[in-house]
Amino acid sequence: MADLSVSVAGVRFENPLIAASGTFGFGREYGEFYPLGTLGGISCKGITLHRRDGNPPPRIAETPSGILNAVGLQNPGVDVFIREDLPWLKQQNTVVIANIAGNTVEEYCQMAEKLSDTDVDMIELNISCPNVKSGGVQFGTSCESVGNITSQVRAHCKKPLIVKLSPNVTDIASIAQAAEASGADAVSMINTLTGMRIDIRTRRPIIRNNTGGLSGAAVFPVAVRMVWQVANAVKIPIIGMGGITTWEDAVEMLMAGATALQIGTVLFSDPYAPVKINEGLNRFLDENGIKSVTELTGTVKPW
Amino acid sequence: MKYDVRQLPLLSNEEIAQGIFDMRLRYEQDDLPVSCGQFAHVYVPGKTLRRPISVCDASDGVLRLVYQVKGEGTRLMSQMKGGSVDVLVPLGNGFDIQKGRRYCLIGGGIGVPPMLYTAKQCDDPLIITGFRNKSLVILQDDLRSQGETLLCTDDGTAGRQGFVTDLLRERINEVDEVCACGPTPMLKAVAAVCKESGKPCRVSLEERMGCGVGACLVCAVKVRKNGEEIMQHVCKDGPVFNAEEVVF
Repeated sequence: MADLSVSVAGVRFENPLIAASGTFGFGREYGEFYPLGTLGGISCKGITLHRRDGNPPPRIAETPSGILNAVGLQNPGVDVFIREDLPWLKQQNTVVIANIAGNTVEEYCQMAEKLSDTDVDMIELNISCPNVKSGGVQFGTSCESVGNITSQVRAHCKKPLIVKLSPNVTDIASIAQAAEASGADAVSMINTLTGMRIDIRTRRPIIRNNTGGLSGAAVFPVAVRMVWQVANAVKIPIIGMGGITTWEDAVEMLMAGATALQIGTVLFSDPYAPVKINEGLNRFLDENGIKSVTELTGTVKPW
Repeated sequence: MKYDVRQLPLLSNEEIAQGIFDMRLRYEQDDLPVSCGQFAHVYVPGKTLRRPISVCDASDGVLRLVYQVKGEGTRLMSQMKGGSVDVLVPLGNGFDIQKGRRYCLIGGGIGVPPMLYTAKQCDDPLIITGFRNKSLVILQDDLRSQGETLLCTDDGTAGRQGFVTDLLRERINEVDEVCACGPTPMLKAVAAVCKESGKPCRVSLEERMGCGVGACLVCAVKVRKNGEEIMQHVCKDGPVFNAEEVVF
């Protein structure tokens, strides 16, 4: 049995697998498949200051080896999350990460302040949602705006702060550096890549929002490349995600430079994927005489 | 644990009408009871998303899923032969059928299959089925063994020419409640007829779906509760909804 535990910004995870925000709700549903302690952590569905109903359906379309989604941050609002979901989540023996999104920098700061007074373990700054009209990714696509929002939220946030990066940028490494320089404790990456599908019979985009975020195995090589680039540019830990489907993918993402991992889309085909990935990781470590999963991080030997 | 993924032996998977297949899986009802109107989330090897298919029947150790080939996923599903199928079942909230009430069960097109298992739970149901044309007509013998079954087609090539709502209007006074599954315009029209007659109506809705258990929030449907419009989800809150609450 190798040691699967990892530490990100001083927070210990029993294993490196974290449910990715937006695919896992607030945990209750997948808690009906297995104890949520199976996961190292849960990044909760993105929450906003006030309730949001999200986009009209259809909100999802399948694509080659992936999906497009445009849910549009449907959530009950931060106060309901704190009152009704967080107490339950904190009993599940897993790290609880609150993913926050706002229309304005002030909204992000207000939420960070509210959550700082709760038992939430970490805060993930969602400045990379491609599916909302205002806010979301508009904060995440330039070094100036990422630096600005990160430092402002940092001033209101007593919890370890993760900044979730968008891949829809020209140079993700410089964006990560801006987050690091402005006080981020970690970065998580990558959020979805903006995409589009069209129904050729109706000439209508399949997704009602016209465009959506691409996730799943299709984006995995892009994610690995970006994690590798960012690992070479920053010192803070990286939570790697984007299309991780198998335990081999998990190993690859760690080797690229990730300290912990988030998994999402694979849950839709196999709810038990986290269990299988952890088993495979453990086997790989044992077979290679590696005592701790942390020894894999950043060990790629580039040509 | 409430949910589990099952590997169900595939007994048969045959085309019963143009582009419509009847998949039969070995399934022990006692093990995991299925209610009428619930659905199964079927894993299709090579695809990222499962395919949500309503339960057509769950009797005598056989789970029956009747589905239409609509895209690549259902096409691959129609090619499955032998072995077992990875299914997440039962999911969702079905029709609440009570003793001592007479139900009218309405199915339109590929919305007809769930009405078979629903009919099996009813005493003397009145069943109304509608299809675009003769080549798409399914399950008539199965349904007739459960109650009086009426058939109509849009073009009159089988049964009466017309819509299910024409037949419903003629017979609605004979029943206490209506359950319907089919295309949204049909459900909207059925709900309107029921409202006129003051009969309760339940509708089974469809929406592009992700996780199937209520976590990913993609299969949204707008409903009105206590005067407020909110988003619910077909997979967890439905697929069966009170027609009066649905914002069509």
